[in-house]
Parts: sequence; structure tokens; C-alpha cells
Amino acid sequence: MWTTLEHDKYRMKIREFAESEVAPYATRIDRQQVFPEEIIPKLNDLGLLGMQVDRKYGGTFTDTLTYIIAVEELSRVCGSTGITIAAHNSLGNFPIYKFGNERQKQKYLPEITTGGKLAAFGLTEPGAGSDAGGTRTFAVKTGDGYKVNGTKCWITSAGICQTVVFTARTSKEGGTHGISSFIIKHGARGFASGKKENKLGLRGSDTRFLHFDDVLVPAEDRLGEEGEGFKQFMITLDGGRISIGAMALGLAQGALDVAVKYASKKQLDGQPLGFHQGYGFKLADMATQIEASRHLIYHAALLKDSGKPFSRESAMAKLHASETGTFVCWSAIGILGEAGLTDKFPVERMWRDVKLDEIGEGTSEIQRLVISRLLLKEADRNCSMFGFPPDWKSE
Amino acid sequence: MDFELGEDQKLMAEAAREFAEKKLMPIAEKMDEAEEVPKEIYTELAELGYFGMLLPEEYGGLDLDSLSYACAMEELARGSASVMVGLSVHNSLCCRAIYEYGSEFLKKKYLQKMAAGEIIGSYCLSEPGAGTDAGSLRTTADEKGGGFLLNGTKSWITSAGFANIFIVFALTDRAAGHHGISCFLVDRDTPGLNIGAKEKKMGLKPSDTREVSFIDCRIPGENLVGEKNKGFPIALSLLDNGRIGIAAQAVGIAQAAFEEAFKYAHEREQFGQPIAHFQAIQFKLSDMALKIEAARLLTHKAAVLKDRGRSTKYCSMAKLFASETANWVANQAVQIHGGYGYVKEYAVERYFRDARVTEIYEGTSEAQRIVIYRNLCQKK
Repeated sequence: MWTTLEHDKYRMKIREFAESEVAPYATRIDRQQVFPEEIIPKLNDLGLLGMQVDRKYGGTFTDTLTYIIAVEELSRVCGSTGITIAAHNSLGNFPIYKFGNERQKQKYLPEITTGGKLAAFGLTEPGAGSDAGGTRTFAVKTGDGYKVNGTKCWITSAGICQTVVFTARTSKEGGTHGISSFIIKHGARGFASGKKENKLGLRGSDTRFLHFDDVLVPAEDRLGEEGEGFKQFMITLDGGRISIGAMALGLAQGALDVAVKYASKKQLDGQPLGFHQGYGFKLADMATQIEASRHLIYHAALLKDSGKPFSRESAMAKLHASETGTFVCWSAIGILGEAGLTDKFPVERMWRDVKLDEIGEGTSEIQRLVISRLLLKEADRNCSMFGFPPDWKSE
Repeated sequence: MDFELGEDQKLMAEAAREFAEKKLMPIAEKMDEAEEVPKEIYTELAELGYFGMLLPEEYGGLDLDSLSYACAMEELARGSASVMVGLSVHNSLCCRAIYEYGSEFLKKKYLQKMAAGEIIGSYCLSEPGAGTDAGSLRTTADEKGGGFLLNGTKSWITSAGFANIFIVFALTDRAAGHHGISCFLVDRDTPGLNIGAKEKKMGLKPSDTREVSFIDCRIPGENLVGEKNKGFPIALSLLDNGRIGIAAQAVGIAQAAFEEAFKYAHEREQFGQPIAHFQAIQFKLSDMALKIEAARLLTHKAAVLKDRGRSTKYCSMAKLFASETANWVANQAVQIHGGYGYVKEYAVERYFRDARVTEIYEGTSEAQRIVIYRNLCQKK
């Protein structure tokens, strides 16, 4: 199996924390649309704010699978907490750790690891969603830095974070080659977050626009060289996909757990609901899809740590887990009937929360694009003409 | 076989569409946020005759055939599924219960006012322990002093917050199981009738849904609807009407979601072109339109057959297929909108939330499959 005894023990530890400290506020923050910042020190104590970062910079540097398990268990009880941790680690910390120089790592990482502050990732723009390379935030050279103007949207934790890694166009050269990444902190003149978005789900997660109005960013806060931004965020998203898959997996597992317990207790015609094939077989399908997602995600996580290419596997994992998440949470509502439509049970919230996983960090359509292009590339390299008539020509 | 809608149907549909677009769509988001329908909406609907769609002219009703009713309800649901559901319960369950099974006394006392929307009806069948297994309900109606004493709790009652009368199913013969259920009409202000707090629901938020409980609630003997102990067959026959309404609702929700997605896909540009240029999106839109068309046709067939005699199988099929379609289409519509589908400025997330209940109330999808199978086994 994928997990060791250590992983299993870790899961139990995080699950216990999640059920006792996180689950109690899940409904409240969904209604009030406020992230409970009082949980951040507790998340920090468990080392959950620096999981992808070396201890040298305040991180806990766990293997990816341990990180995935943490995201899974937190999401199982509260999607908003899950996504906040996933975005913070995979998208906020990771680019600085992976692409930053020593000075940047020393300067920025400790605050957003053991320092207990959150980090965010400013990539998406109103005109650059799936077409992330269509960045129209501009960073124009001035003095020994840049003047930045533009807008980012749908940024997780935008209003409650301290540090943001964002992309901007440093070269008039069109397309993806003129994009660079930068680090900025709240408080910089001209840099502000917009109003909190009123969302379908993940309502406890703070999502806002970020506005850059003649913001001066010193050159020393650029990550890597000019023009490396696109490549950097593609690498960042490859890893981030696995954590979003884990979030969907956790939410699906939570919904399944509730649905199975309900189906085992609720009686219909003298038998538990789950004994009736219409409901029992549905549960079987839900559980099987979750297991398949789990294997895809854990496999991608292990590949990532092995240093082998994992883009195809992470795209597959994210695609499968997110679509499974929507299917499972949606089905769980059906198992619970009318009660499942109200906030008496968490399943309707889980369904609203998990839907984002089919959209954020690359829509399912983009995942299919990534996978299909990689498949075609492999076919191209594969010289064998197995299955083809010997005289077949492609014209 | 003529697939064209007749003049009656077209007129009803046009009138309902106009109302939906002028009066419901502009306030749908606000109603969802406030979790309330403004009273004026019901007043205007009443003036236009929508509270008497399924009652004959002798009571001031519009006397619509089922197909015209389905057309009108689809258009209203396209505007607001929440406003429509209150009308659906009032018309297809309450008005029809009294008209088809009530005594002359009850018909004279209530139907005229119901057609005028002065009396709004609500329907109490489900209980905390009796959902799909409605026959196992436990609310009791003990005969006492010429009347009945009701005790029990009903759950998920649409329009409970403001309805004037409740059609209630309760046991008059506890030992007889579902053969001992009777149907009653209970006025709102009857002592012993308690209305619970508004449920916090994920969808159809403006629709006022509550628990209704009866504690030694005394009602007069003349409030029995139909024969004693013959209430369950009434409930089952009314479900056919109700299912056409919900099928039409689901088609309306799906249509609204599809239109939003189609429009967005042609406006939103990524990679230098509208996303509607990409096959993945085109194929989604095609499949959405196809499923909606099939759902609509099945709903119309069920409505036509209903007026020719009972058509339980088709009503059940229409409700099942249309509700599954609404859920699938709304999900795709959100997906087509990407990040914008996840925020409340855009209507699609509301259609996504509203669609879910159509597969649950008035018989879950599982219950529909049971009904369909039983009908398949019946000899013609």
C-alpha cells in the first residue's frame, strides 16, 4: 500500500484534531463567511503551515503524502479549512521555497511557516483564467525595481494573508514568455485586496480580488529571472493539483462516512436503508470511486517525491478526485433525503464546497487538455505501430 | 401525432414567461439572499389566476388542461423555482385534493377563495420518520365528539409560514397501517396546530419550509376529505399531478441554467477566442440541450396522458428524468462558467442549488424507479 504505519498514525492525529477543533466551527463559518483566524496558531502548532518547506526556514518539510493526508483530514470536516491550508502550502510557500534565492527564503519563509502568517498565490485574473498565460498585470521596469499595475481575482486568503506570490508581465513579448513572479506583502503602497466574494461554497475561506495600483516592487523581490514566471507556476500547479485532489478526496470521504452511517441506521421496510439495493449499490459506487481517487492521488504524491515526472499523474488525480467529489457529495444528499438539503447535516455544505475542486487550480477541461497532450507526446515517442495495418499511412 | 403545442398552451406559456422575465428574474437573487418571496408577488400571481390553474370556472379557476399547466409552470420555474413550488403545491396537491375528494361543503367553503389566492394551501404528508415510506406515517386522528383530534409532526412543509390551510394525512385506524390513513383539511388558526422555525436549506431558499406539528388539535368532522381510512389512495393519486408540476419545474430550472451557460460561453474569451469555440464546451452545450428537450417531451406526454386517465408510469418517468436532467445540466452550467460559476453574482450557482431538491421531494429518484418498475410489471 501507499502509506506506512507512520502515515496512518499521523492521519489519526490530524483526524482527532479535525473532529474536535475544526468540525465544531464548520457550519458557523459557512453561514458567517469568516475564516476563524483563531485556529491558525493551532494549525501552526501541528506544523501544518510549512509542510513543503525545509526546517531551515521554519518548515516541517514532510513528504508529500503526509501533507496530502493533512489536507484530506482537514477537508473531511471543513472544506474551507482544507483549502486554506492547501493554498497556503502548495501555492503560497512553495514558489518561494522552490524558486527563491537564499535571501528571499530567509526573509519571507519564517513568517509564513512557524511565524503563523498565511500566504497566497496571485495568478488568476478576470481575463486570464484557464488561459493563465493571458496575464495582463504589468510590471514595468523603473529604477531598481518595477511598477506593477493590474488585478488578480479569486485569490484564496487574499484578505487574511500576509504574503502573496504573484505573476506579472515584464516583457511586451506576448504569450507566456514575458511573465515573471514576484513576492509582495500586505502594507505595500498601492496594493490592496477587494471585498470578500459571496460564494456558493467554501464560504469560510476568504476569497477576494487583489489590486495593484502603481505598486513599487524591488527587483530583489522577483523570483528567479524575468520570463521564468510561466514555467514556475506550471510547476507550482502540478504540485498544487495533488493537494486540491486531496481536498476533494477528504470532502468525498466525509460525505461517504455520513451517508454510510445514515444508511446503516435509518430503517426502511424493516431493514437498514443500505440493505436496499437502490441505496446500497449507490454507496458501493461512491466508495469505489473514492478508493480509485485515493490511489491516483497517493501515487502522484509518491512520484512527485521520487523526482520523476508526475504532471500526467497529478492531472489525472485532480480530475478524477474532483469529479468523484462532486458525484459522492451529491449522492450523499440523496441518501439522506430532505434532511440532507438542510444544514442539520454537513453533506449539502460538502457538495457546495467540493464543486470548486472541479474549477480551481485548473478546470477539469484543462486537466483533460494536459492529459491528452501528454498522451499524444508519448505516442509520438513510441515507435511501435502495434495494432496498425502494415501499409497504413496517416495522410 | 402532433408535437406542436396548441394555442391554449402557447398563450399560457407566453403569459407565464412574461411574468417570469418581468417580475421574477429581476428579484430572484435578492429573494434567495433574503430567503423570502415578497407578498406582492403572490398577490400579482393571484390576480392573473395562477392560484386557480387546476380548478374549474365554476370556482373562478382557469380550468387548464395538464399540458397548459405544465407549460405555464415550466416558464414560472425558469424565473423562480422557489415561487413556482408554492404554486405547485397549492394547485396540484391542495386544490385538487379538495376538488376531487372533498365534500360539497368543503368545496363551497374553500375552492373559490383558493382559486382567487385568498386562501393558500399547503400539504402535510411527510414526517421525520416517514419520507419515502409515506405509508408508515404516525400522525394520528382520533375521533372525538363528532370531530377529530390530531397529534403528530409533519416535516418539510412548503409554504408553512404563510399557508392558510393544510391538507393533512393522519391515521384514523392505527392497527390498519396505510389502510387506516385519512385525509383532512386543517385551518391555520386551529388551536393545537404549531408552525416550526423556517428550515435553513441549501436551495429553494425563498420557499418557506417548516415543520408543522399537531398537539391535541381538534378539527370538525366535516373537515375529513374523502372517505375515512381511504386517505392513502388520495395521496397516491395526487402525486401524479404533483410529479408533472415538479417535472415542469425541473425543466424550467434546466432551461434557465442552459441559457446562462450558452450566453456565457459565447461571451467569455480565453486563448483569444470565445470558449464556445472549443469542442469540449460545444459538446456539453449540445448534451444539455438534448437532455432538456427529452425531459420536456416526456413531461408533455405525461401531462397529455394524465388528462386521458391515470398515467402514473409516465408522470413518474417524467419527474425522474427531468429532475436528473436539471441536476446534470445545472452542474455543467456552473462548470462552463468556471470561477464565475462559483460566485453569487452569476445565477448559475443558484440553479445548481435549486435543482437538487427536485430529485428528492414528491418522491425521490429511488421511489420513482420503484413506481416505474411496478408499472412495468402490470398487465396492460
